[in-house]
Amino acid sequence: MARLHEYKGKEILAGFKVPTPAGQTASSPDEVLAAAKALNKPVVVKAQVWTTKRAAFGGIQFADSPEEAKAKSEKLFGLKVKDFEIDTLLVEEQITIEREFYCGIIIDDSAQCPVIIFSSMGGTGIEEIAEAHPDKVAKAEIDIQTGLRDYQARNLVRKTGIHGKLQMQLAGVLVKLWQAARKYEARSAEINPLVLTGDGKVMAADCRITVDDYAVFRHPDLGIDIARELNRPPSKLDKIAYDVEKDDYRGTFYFIQMEQDFSKDDGFVGFHGAGGGGSMMSMDAAHTQGFKLANFTDTSGNPAASKVYRAAKIILSQPNILGYFGSGSGVASQEQFHSARGLAKAFIEENLSIPAVIRLGGNGEDKAVDILTTSTKGLPAPVEGYRKDDTAQFCAERLRDLVDKNVLEPEPEPGRRFVKPSFDKPYSFATLTGSITFDHGACADCDHKVCVESCIPEILKVENGVPVLAISEEDAKAGKCIECLACEMECIYHGKRGAYIDLPIAGLDEYRREVA
Amino acid sequence: MSILVNENNKVLVQGITGREGMARARLMMDYGTQVVAGVTPGKGNQTVLDVPVFDTVQEAAENTEVDTSVIFVPAPLVRNAALEAIDAGLKLLVIVPDRVPIYDVLEIAKAAELNGARFVGPNTLGLLSVDRAVLGMMGGRAKTAKEWFKKGNVGVTSRSGGITSSIAYYLSRSGIGLSSIVHVGGDAIVGTPHPEVVKLFQHDADTNAVVMFGEIGTTQEEQVADLIESGQFTKPLIAFIGGKAAKSGTRFSHAGAIVEGNRGTHESKVRRLREVGAHIVENFDDIPKVTAGVLANLK
Repeated sequence: MARLHEYKGKEILAGFKVPTPAGQTASSPDEVLAAAKALNKPVVVKAQVWTTKRAAFGGIQFADSPEEAKAKSEKLFGLKVKDFEIDTLLVEEQITIEREFYCGIIIDDSAQCPVIIFSSMGGTGIEEIAEAHPDKVAKAEIDIQTGLRDYQARNLVRKTGIHGKLQMQLAGVLVKLWQAARKYEARSAEINPLVLTGDGKVMAADCRITVDDYAVFRHPDLGIDIARELNRPPSKLDKIAYDVEKDDYRGTFYFIQMEQDFSKDDGFVGFHGAGGGGSMMSMDAAHTQGFKLANFTDTSGNPAASKVYRAAKIILSQPNILGYFGSGSGVASQEQFHSARGLAKAFIEENLSIPAVIRLGGNGEDKAVDILTTSTKGLPAPVEGYRKDDTAQFCAERLRDLVDKNVLEPEPEPGRRFVKPSFDKPYSFATLTGSITFDHGACADCDHKVCVESCIPEILKVENGVPVLAISEEDAKAGKCIECLACEMECIYHGKRGAYIDLPIAGLDEYRREVA
Repeated sequence: MSILVNENNKVLVQGITGREGMARARLMMDYGTQVVAGVTPGKGNQTVLDVPVFDTVQEAAENTEVDTSVIFVPAPLVRNAALEAIDAGLKLLVIVPDRVPIYDVLEIAKAAELNGARFVGPNTLGLLSVDRAVLGMMGGRAKTAKEWFKKGNVGVTSRSGGITSSIAYYLSRSGIGLSSIVHVGGDAIVGTPHPEVVKLFQHDADTNAVVMFGEIGTTQEEQVADLIESGQFTKPLIAFIGGKAAKSGTRFSHAGAIVEGNRGTHESKVRRLREVGAHIVENFDDIPKVTAGVLANLK
């Protein structure tokens, strides 16, 4: 889920006229000083990290003067909390708290609607409070068509025994919280604590909003650079992978890095699943064989071969992995030779030096296994392909065996030897996410033209003895070329190199140089 | 019998002129599903695979007897497509696309409830009644769907698409035939979750037992346990819950914990299902063996 920091959540609330303490963010001690001076009163400095119980590690500091705030912030900047390095602090005015409440909104799967929760006791340990004092907690379902009405909110607050003006003030915040959650399509939105201040105001002292990953595209103003459920800021490789997926609706590519700093003695492999359930079981199978997984990847939902290729390139950009494990549900509805071509192209370009075991069970599995294994025969490390009657467990055992026998060193800089071919008589056209080049010099001497025969959308033809587009260049670029990679990979399968498909991955070369 | 779909459903494909829509329309027709119409806004007055294409669902409904829609449009357009189908009076929708925003799903759910319609998905591979009809992309091609899934009396319901077909295939390979197989969809909110599917299987004379693939997150499996406990589902249930190794307690808010309580974890699902007498399978590859044992005891 795409989580928002406290300050971002408070900005949203303020936009809906929910009172929040005066304050601003700072990304250096000097900015803290300036922010505190601008407030001109005692401040609280709050670390912006996605974790509960910030006070416990000193993530919330009180200061009477700007100088004290600055001094305290120096210890916070750069501090590591779990996988998170603190780089932003929120500097706010101190408020006097008379009383704490809790309110939150979540989507309830069994009721199939949003649910709003209000508790007349809030603050740390709200979950325990709710369990110990059910009478202090009220819940209500929200009708998605009509939203939360003011009287419904007042009744909710009333159920916890609060009356009069306070009931009105609190209900007002609940309605605004709902409006904010609805507008920004929050999976959850919470104010904890919601406080009554010494001067009688109801104010959001904290705020946690998590936006639906699938709706992030409708909210560019939130500045979310990666819509993924992470307990840490996204890694560079996470971002590179997300950019591949962001605008490409042909199937799904999900990538998260699970470990980054490991050596080749640590027993990590790259993981490439297909489908959530099958991936989970395959990961279990890998664990059973004593492997640790450097990443989680899922390409499914009939992805373009080009997407599978990019996934493989990204997985193989992780230094010191000992093997490549590809396994999903085992009985895929999608045609598996697309994935086989994507993987084979990546393995060839990487000149693979770590063993790969790929379970390609499903439609077209015989062809898929043949493409994968035949095209990768000359590579330094073995590549094995399996079918639906081979279990994930068996495939994980195969990888164990191959990894144990592998005497090659993992590449310190994967793919560094790969040089894009330069052709004598290049003929090129653009595709949706890359470009295809034929070597008409070589093609003239080729008599089987498998590139044309194998082209799934049938957009190629032979003219004057060489392959050319049978449709306009504009149509090819607009998506008529489905990037099935058949032209290049069938040519390689037949022992030639008359075509090359360039599928750039923004930032990947740079990343590889950095980690090498 | 079977559940949700058979050869009598008159099916509309929304997005029939697109890459997926066309490929899966072919699968459905080849398998035996009556595909009677297609809709793509702006592309009416043509035929795809000999099926008439209309500009709107209303128009398709006026000109054919369509009662079911399978939706293959990009995720951001799903809400509109689904609401259009519900508004035109269609009673069963299968929403295949992945990444449909959750508030869109909630709006679809509300409209379906108000109009007495049902939807499966989103993010579903679809469903199939063996040798009768398929909706969605289950099996990929008609020929393989016929090879993989054999007729019999076990129902399958699953939260993972690939696993739906793999369980169905491994059961068939072991000589255990199937009535209907359903991928409920991979998202947090789905139109027809496990408890709804097992209620349908309860009333299906052709189904003697149900195999369920559950996963961590949501309360679907616990709700199935509730149905068994209250006597609303009485057929044998064989269940596998995935995600044991995944970190438990991954929640995104206190609100989630307050609403779901101790539900939603691998442990809670297994415990609840065991309590009510479901057959929990620990090792995925043992599903056919355990199912065979359960069926043997029925005789």
